[in-house]
Amino acid sequence: MSASFETRIDRKFAALKKEGRAAFISFLTAGDPDLDTSLKIIKGLPDAGADIIEIGIPFSDPMADGPAIQASSGRALSRGQTLSKTLGMVADFRIGDDITPIVLMGYYNPIYKYGVEKFLVDAKKAGVDGLIIVDLPPEEENELCMPALRAGINFIYLTAPTTTDARLGRVLEHASGFVYYVSITGITGTRSANVDDVAKAVARIRKQTDLPVAVGFGINTAQAVKEIAGVADAAVVGSALVNTLQAGLDGGGNATPTLVEDVLSFASELASGVRK
Amino acid sequence: MSNHDQPNTLRTGPDENGRFGIFGGRFVAETLMPLILDVEKAYDAAKADPEFAQQMTYYFNQYVGRPSPLYFAERLSEHLGGAKIYLKREDLNHTGAHKINNCIGQILLAKRMGKGRIIAETGAGQHGVATATVCALFDLPCTVYMGTKDIERQAPNVFRMQMLGAEVKPVTVGSNSLKDAMNEAMRDWVANVEDTYYLIGTAAGPHPYPEMVRDFQCVIGNEVRDQIIEAEGRLPDTLVACIGGGSNALGLFHPFLDDADVRIVAVEAAGKGIESGEHAASLSAGSPGVLHGNRTYLLQDDDGQIKEAHSISAGLDYPGIGPEHSWLHDIGRAEYVSITDDEALSAFQLLTRLEGIIPALESAHAIAHVEKLAPTLAKDNILILNLSGRGDKDLATVAAHTGSKLGGVS
Repeated sequence: MSASFETRIDRKFAALKKEGRAAFISFLTAGDPDLDTSLKIIKGLPDAGADIIEIGIPFSDPMADGPAIQASSGRALSRGQTLSKTLGMVADFRIGDDITPIVLMGYYNPIYKYGVEKFLVDAKKAGVDGLIIVDLPPEEENELCMPALRAGINFIYLTAPTTTDARLGRVLEHASGFVYYVSITGITGTRSANVDDVAKAVARIRKQTDLPVAVGFGINTAQAVKEIAGVADAAVVGSALVNTLQAGLDGGGNATPTLVEDVLSFASELASGVRK
Repeated sequence: MSNHDQPNTLRTGPDENGRFGIFGGRFVAETLMPLILDVEKAYDAAKADPEFAQQMTYYFNQYVGRPSPLYFAERLSEHLGGAKIYLKREDLNHTGAHKINNCIGQILLAKRMGKGRIIAETGAGQHGVATATVCALFDLPCTVYMGTKDIERQAPNVFRMQMLGAEVKPVTVGSNSLKDAMNEAMRDWVANVEDTYYLIGTAAGPHPYPEMVRDFQCVIGNEVRDQIIEAEGRLPDTLVACIGGGSNALGLFHPFLDDADVRIVAVEAAGKGIESGEHAASLSAGSPGVLHGNRTYLLQDDDGQIKEAHSISAGLDYPGIGPEHSWLHDIGRAEYVSITDDEALSAFQLLTRLEGIIPALESAHAIAHVEKLAPTLAKDNILILNLSGRGDKDLATVAAHTGSKLGGVS
């Protein structure tokens, strides 16, 4: 099923299809290492070559994430990042960019606590196009997926190596925007994906949907982006970008003067993987 | 699981979506979802298989030492001058707490499912020890996640797990306690989905765990029903148990939920006092949220970030609670009260001196509340307190807090 509305995500994938290339999707945590630096990076990502920007909603208990993203969530929270501030960052980004799709990724509790209906209104107003909520499988679709579709926001489902063909139909039932294939069984940033396995899995998903298939978890170099781009519609890089950001912090956890530039130049390098 | 023939029962939950009212559910990553559904299917099949029940009974009777006694605490009753107090002696179980009941059930299930590796989280170490024990018995490799803060305060249990052949993995993220151990166990599970079974220690987590753990612990309440009728010829008036995740309490309470005249009281850990903010009283001072696979009451801030819990008792030091308790709280079937660290320490000493029974600090919270409650009740009020575990593991903590020295003679 495709959604009855069109978002920047749909338009972006349609444009890339004409260009004949895959998308590069970046992930960084909102407010890491602080709100100003984080916003500067996000504003620079489209020019660095990010086709879609995933922004992590920091959470105290990121159960599906490895050490890099756990630490990044912790840094953002220790500097006072909140969901409300994250939505503010998106609104600020939208002042200068009305084209690049923004996807918020995270865990359900901050949204639940914020209030689902209020969140959807505020997210739509801020310019959010899609949501990836790790702990909301299709069994819990009435919590946020169905309300998000009513609000005109894509709800992007994760599929995993453990998702059987029989179950895939259930996962795709209300999927929109794109499908996110988790290329490894494990947490973020801890293993590398095997491109042959990924190719098989993507083919399996494409049999059941026309939605673009993005691949994430375990992609950490421009070469890996290039390989994934050869077999899927998008490659997502998170932990490797977060590690570059972390390397740009001083002993007190503050951004050094070159941090923004370092992260963006690594993003450019990764983005070249979908362009050559 | 819903039973439309008996609209007046509170014992048929959860529904097919794993909900107790709005609580419970299956809030897990897609990678784990197929496994959760497998566990549910396997548990449903096991429940319908009389051989599974026979195996449970065999290990309960021959290995755990069930039924555990229901002991009339005459001196405690006299001292408090009110209710007639009975202690359900789960502390006398093999491994020293109620935790083994659940572990027997789940290890038999893991064997049925053909799993080759067991993981678990632990706070006080009682669940870790019980898991390591059944893994030794059934010859399965076992990894237990435990926060470094708990490793420090529950050292004897760490050594016990190691002696039993388990690998104890220290957890150094977050607040280094039970919630973080559970996060790490889930991360392990998602990375080892093929062969690993996650043996959750309390009646929380994604469906079917809250239901399954409760069912395995119901042996406590079922025995109590028979034992009190034999001793007193009637049902009890009052039930009291401590709650962290809440499995010992549910095990005692559940068989009595439909007996409207039985008053049910659960005791949370108030730590340094609710008003201090350093406590573990999710129901008394938390709000509904989603963590570790279920919706339940949580200690959290306005942004939905989970707060650190605090309790002198490692087993109660968790910022959430099993979803069925959240439901029983909201419908008003059970009362939820709280007891501070200091009150629990004092009750620990009281029971030790009066009855010669050294309780776990967890159970001491229930005793402390009985100290307040029993004097307000009539002498013919039959009160049953679930003595969920023994206190040997807590001696160092108690010594530190009372200014005594372990092994010192003055």
